[in-house]
Amino acid sequence: MDALIRTEKLAKIYTNEDISTVALEHITFSIQEGEFVAIVGPSGSGKSTLMQILGCLDRPTGGKYFFEGKEINNYTDDEFAQIRNEKIGFVFQAFNLLPRLTVLENVALPLMYKGVAPKERIKTAKEMIDLVGLSDRTDYQTSRLSGGQKQRVAIARALVNNPKIIFADEPTGNLDSKSGGVVLGFLQELNDRGHTIVIVTHESYVAEASGRIVHIIDGKIDKDEKVIHRRVVAQEGFRK
Amino acid sequence: MRFQDSLITAKKGISVHKNRSALTVLGIVIGIASIMTIMSMGQSAEGLVMGEIQRFGPSNIFLLPGRQPSGPTDAAGTLLNDSLKQKDFEDLQKKSNVPGAKNIIPYVFGYVTTSYDSEIYDAMVMGSTELIEKNFDLSVSRGVFFEMRDVEEKEKVAVIGDKVREDLFGNIDPIGEKIQMKNQKFRVIGVLEPEGQGSFIDFNKAVIAPYTTVQESVLGIRYFNRIVVEAESIEKVPEVIRDVKSLIRSNHNIDDPEKDDFFIQTQEGIVDQVKTITGILTVLLSSVAAISLVVGGVGIMNIMLVSVTERTREIGLRKALGATNGDILAQFLYEALLLTGLGGIIGVILGTILTFALSYAARTFAGLDFPFIFSVRGLMLGIGVSVSIGIVFGIFPAKKASKKSPIESLHYE
Repeated sequence: MDALIRTEKLAKIYTNEDISTVALEHITFSIQEGEFVAIVGPSGSGKSTLMQILGCLDRPTGGKYFFEGKEINNYTDDEFAQIRNEKIGFVFQAFNLLPRLTVLENVALPLMYKGVAPKERIKTAKEMIDLVGLSDRTDYQTSRLSGGQKQRVAIARALVNNPKIIFADEPTGNLDSKSGGVVLGFLQELNDRGHTIVIVTHESYVAEASGRIVHIIDGKIDKDEKVIHRRVVAQEGFRK
Repeated sequence: MRFQDSLITAKKGISVHKNRSALTVLGIVIGIASIMTIMSMGQSAEGLVMGEIQRFGPSNIFLLPGRQPSGPTDAAGTLLNDSLKQKDFEDLQKKSNVPGAKNIIPYVFGYVTTSYDSEIYDAMVMGSTELIEKNFDLSVSRGVFFEMRDVEEKEKVAVIGDKVREDLFGNIDPIGEKIQMKNQKFRVIGVLEPEGQGSFIDFNKAVIAPYTTVQESVLGIRYFNRIVVEAESIEKVPEVIRDVKSLIRSNHNIDDPEKDDFFIQTQEGIVDQVKTITGILTVLLSSVAAISLVVGGVGIMNIMLVSVTERTREIGLRKALGATNGDILAQFLYEALLLTGLGGIIGVILGTILTFALSYAARTFAGLDFPFIFSVRGLMLGIGVSVSIGIVFGIFPAKKASKKSPIESLHYE
């Protein structure tokens, strides 16, 4: 079976006037469906750039990128948007919720861009909010939530389109250790249920929650190791 | 993305900054309200003037001395021209010369101070024949109108307008009394019915007398200010015009029509002229209002650009969640369109209220018979223009928003 994600000599070089900066080079690796991968590295190593390219938010300047076995380097902006919309879920360090919208509206946003009718949007979004244990906050404006709650809303939003893969960029970076633990626990549980998860972090305890750690240093893969992941118990718990 | 969702998203975008949105559309509101008012008032004024013109009847042909005025400064030349003489009038009356003519009515007029006892009134003195009564559809409330015999015998008799009566006589019955004009005494034989204002000629302020008397004793002239030729029917108007022209040319020894010292106006011609004038005025005033619309449009564009920059992160996030460039374009374009559309609707309402108030004021304070007209043309133009402004000034910011790279936008501080 084809890997969910596969790259061949992926490179990203930023050119600014005469100076070019190599952010990524010779990235050749793959991620299978159902994996929980942590991409780690010091800041400036290129790990975030890699995640952005894998998440179809940015384009490589060299090499090949295969998503579900198809080379997508030359996809149009709209085709990229469609992949992001239907196959990928994002969880960001800064949550990136729209503060004027309610929890429900935020979670339902990807479905709106997919063109799903309002009734069905609300139904699916409510299920996801229930899953992350925020049913009693459905109609809150997200600006009124705590950091941990915001990240759970973001996870619900990432899940709402039933994506193939979830990219989490430093998802615990803006959270205290307790809330961070809850978020990590969620991600582990999602992985248990078969979701493919890619997490970018510079914190080793976060990386240890995964099943495979890819070390990036100076834009190259330094080490790619399987680990036996350390269980993090989601203290507030997923609704089963 | 569904169209309704784009609209709802745009609506939410605007309602975040209510005050800012309101101030932004003010320019559009003022512009549309002005255009709406100008067009409605223009139509009302045109209607008012048309009503007056139509009073002459479509079969009336006006023969005027001088040249067709080419502009407002030219008009004086017509008034002072003396080319229409008694012989022209008499020849026009001969059936063989102008077979299609029913009536020939000559006019002379001028402003003269009239007095009775110690009371003074500056009246417009009109000299004509007894046919003026029918020609202008006049009627007397007291006394009688003068007759053909009075014209022939140069009788010093006068029919006065109601305002003249009021100012000179007050409560005294004027019939039989003598008023003085240019040291000549005229016997008042009739008083006109009071009539509404707004006419070219305000008969309330007029003194009407036989033209023979007015020419000789009051104005001291031997020509006519105009001669009205009434055709037997509308169909005969072109034929009558041709006959009148050739008669006057031969009377004045003119071979070349370019050198005519007279000209002819028909109701149709005057209607066209008035329409041209009101049309030009409306366009002119509307262009001034259009400037406000352009300024308003630039304001919209400015605020949309600010909004796009402010919401860079939001744009990045929406794109990350699957919004296409088109979705983002639509969101911001609809915001601009909603703003200008809203401005257009408020402008139309405001313009209508303003028009109503102005026409009410014209009726109440100026005594004009000024109708309130809701200009459908103004409505269509207002809505059309405001939507176009939304598109023209909204497309650039919206394009800018849609082209933003998702990753750079997400990291925008």
